[in-house]
Amino acid sequence: MRILLILLFFAAAPVLAIDKGAVEKLASGDNDEKIVAIAALLAEGDPEAAAVLAKFAEGEVVVEGKVVEVVVNNRLRSAVTDALAALGLLSPERATRLEAAKALAGGADAVMLPLVKKALEKETDADIKPLLELTAASMEMKGGDKATRIAAIQRLGTSNSPNSRTLLSEAATDADEDIRIAAQKSLREVQGKLAWGERAGLLFAGISLGSILLLAALGLAITYGLMGVINMAHGELIMIGAYTTYVVQVLFRKTNYFDWYLLVAIPASFVVAAAVGMILERVVIRWLYGRPLETLLATWGISLMLIQSVRTIFGAANVQVENPAFMSGGFQAFAGVVLPWSRVVIIVFAALVLFSIYLLLTKTRLGLFVRGVTQNREMAACVGVPTGSVDMWAFGLGSGIAGLAGCALSQIGNVGPDLGQGYIVDSFMVVVFGGVGQLAGTVYAALTLGFANKFLEAMSGAVIAKIVVLVFIIFFIQRRPQGLFAVKGRAVEA
Amino acid sequence: MKRRNFVKQLALSAAIAAIGLGSTGILAQAKTVKVGVLHSLSGTMAISETVLKDTVLMAIDEINAKGGVMGMKIEPVVVDPASNWPLFAEKARQLITQDKVAVTFGCWTSVSRKSVLPVFEELNSLLFYPVQYEGEEISRNVFYTGAAPNQQAIPAVEYLMSKDGGTAKRWVLLGTDYVYPRTTNKILRAFLKSKGVADADIVEEYTPFGHSDYQTIIAKIKKFASEGKKTAVVSTINGDSNVPFYKELGNQGLKATDVPVVAFSVGEEELRGVDTKPLVGHLAAWNYFMSIKAPANDAFTKKWAAYAKAKNIAGHKDKPLTNDPMEATYIGIYMWKQAVEKAKSFDVAKVSAAMGGQTFTAPSGITSTMDAKNHHLHKAVFIGEIKADGQFNVVWKTKGPVKAAPWSPFIAGNDKKKDEPALMAENKK
Repeated sequence: MRILLILLFFAAAPVLAIDKGAVEKLASGDNDEKIVAIAALLAEGDPEAAAVLAKFAEGEVVVEGKVVEVVVNNRLRSAVTDALAALGLLSPERATRLEAAKALAGGADAVMLPLVKKALEKETDADIKPLLELTAASMEMKGGDKATRIAAIQRLGTSNSPNSRTLLSEAATDADEDIRIAAQKSLREVQGKLAWGERAGLLFAGISLGSILLLAALGLAITYGLMGVINMAHGELIMIGAYTTYVVQVLFRKTNYFDWYLLVAIPASFVVAAAVGMILERVVIRWLYGRPLETLLATWGISLMLIQSVRTIFGAANVQVENPAFMSGGFQAFAGVVLPWSRVVIIVFAALVLFSIYLLLTKTRLGLFVRGVTQNREMAACVGVPTGSVDMWAFGLGSGIAGLAGCALSQIGNVGPDLGQGYIVDSFMVVVFGGVGQLAGTVYAALTLGFANKFLEAMSGAVIAKIVVLVFIIFFIQRRPQGLFAVKGRAVEA
Repeated sequence: MKRRNFVKQLALSAAIAAIGLGSTGILAQAKTVKVGVLHSLSGTMAISETVLKDTVLMAIDEINAKGGVMGMKIEPVVVDPASNWPLFAEKARQLITQDKVAVTFGCWTSVSRKSVLPVFEELNSLLFYPVQYEGEEISRNVFYTGAAPNQQAIPAVEYLMSKDGGTAKRWVLLGTDYVYPRTTNKILRAFLKSKGVADADIVEEYTPFGHSDYQTIIAKIKKFASEGKKTAVVSTINGDSNVPFYKELGNQGLKATDVPVVAFSVGEEELRGVDTKPLVGHLAAWNYFMSIKAPANDAFTKKWAAYAKAKNIAGHKDKPLTNDPMEATYIGIYMWKQAVEKAKSFDVAKVSAAMGGQTFTAPSGITSTMDAKNHHLHKAVFIGEIKADGQFNVVWKTKGPVKAAPWSPFIAGNDKKKDEPALMAENKK
């Protein structure tokens, strides 16, 4: 049926025999000749031609039984994928047609117009039809009579794809006045929609950075914010979490369950980082409570030791952490805005971690003790809270959360011995900006800094954005040393 | 009696000779000559530089196995400047003054080269620099075995302007914020202007070293690309930032057929561990690709695979990869060996003089020649598209080797500069 239809349309095409000349040109012609050959094979439209084109896209052409390797560059790849998509438009399978229509919506060659129109005539699916109409419009607006062009331009105005903007801005400077006016009107409509997409994209970028800052700073908010320990090795605990994820990933690579390694990596990174943190607390920090300068120096020394030991075990170069398959790629959320899955997952993860900490601090006995010790250590000790072991558990908790941050960071950034160094300054910035001593401030601060960074980056570039944010923090801390949210109470000065 | 005297005298004269020879320097210590290796083995540049250290060691092993240089074994002295630019200068000074190396192979970023340059000039020692760079420099103490702008950047941009490259009309120049990207983009801007591209059709974007969040940058590229004609991105991002950049590029689905990205500092090694399936078709311009079919390249890749396995080099022992700067490093060492043998001396001036005109059958399949005067190699230019397996598909190449023009004609005032190192002030007197 499908072949018959195409044959009716391309009456001139030879009956069910693919053009040998065109295939030879695919193998040995120059790129211009290859483009012509692709168009010729497309015009034939039979499944055999489709098979030849599909092989060609992979870099192989069979000429007289022999496989010839060909170099397919972007220009040829674009032509051949469009051609294959155009052939797919007539497939009986809905999924194939939808896929093909999406591929062509990216901008197709005018040669395909008859084929697209043909497909359009018999297309009934509500998802596919508008896509095809837009594709047809994008081809029609370039040539043909004025009425068709204006109709095509008006149709493009309903689109929300960045490609339409490109096409319309070209037409907006057309020689013909009517076309110019129509194009300008459509362009405004498209731009309006795209502008919303851009804003939404920026918002997402801000939330994403905010969630990463939050994860990195949450652990510190507990160890520094609640316990008052200036832990310069916090970044290295993040790094340990990331390396734990790497080790788990390497172990899983040998199995068939690679995509699920994060399920093991998340608890593992928490436990390992927490254990390191607790050892640190018992061995070093415990003896230095109330002496912030010594704590700072000691933990800084420990951070160097941790970096060096990781360097010795895993090597100085970065290690590769591969994402599980479900975390690569992204989905089209708004016009022209693709949200990567990895970032979406991390935002959700950060929210979950935050929620669990909230529950832990407000609903459990340990949380009660931690809050008690934070507010007034002596009084808590008097009523029988074992402050020493509470310190250890709280420090372990903060370190474990740092490990979770490392696990999340390994999915989007580089994992190397210096990983933590890049986050220690940011983490302290978030905690200090948010106000030492409680978690809500940390959340607001992380999101604020995330947004500020991304908006400035969009305006003035990444380098300037970093500087401006730092300068802002310096001024803010001078005006308001207690941070965004201040803890009120007796113990603040202690 | 007489005999005993004779033995005594012999011993005495031998001892005197030994003292005398000992003070005349490296040559007399007989069996080994020291060579410095100055590459970052940690920090943001380790991703690129670590393999260059291993390449130097491999070539030294090879040369030693065949009898060394002028009968002397080469002894490598490896130091780690840790992606820390001032540390590069310190380590260079240590190599030259304490270890007394005859030559140093090292540096990747231009900022590190600029940092060690005064040290090499002051102490009059030789540096072989194996990475493509922005030009604007000829030192009598440096041999540049990587590409100058006219051997990489300019041909790449010309390719993107051609029909096969997609006739790009608008340009995003994206780089890490330091001297190489800034200068390259200055040259490219002037070049594009000479081709009639308006200023409004060029944007420049810079990120700090080690930048890891490329969301807004990619969004900006997308927006810019949709505002006009065909857009191409020229990336001079260096170091491990490339991993998050390419991950984001793939995740956000920016296809090479829509907006091609051509990179000047990304090769096989940097793409290791990145999922390259969504990146198919993005480009890189180099003077060597691992996928080049040439007998010299087969030999080179096989040697590297065997070496990586024998030395248990992380990553390479399972999946050996070679790249352009490795090739340039390899060429450099062999040319140095040839020049030393021609000069019959390790003396800097004599070796430098002997370097001009040296040839070597490069793994890229051409015969590389060191220019008689300007300290740069004549190299062939290749443009490759990323394949799904992380290798490159060569889609364009020059007919033969191209002479380097370190003083780019697209920077004002360069036409008056000489295509050879300036003589030292004291030599002029």
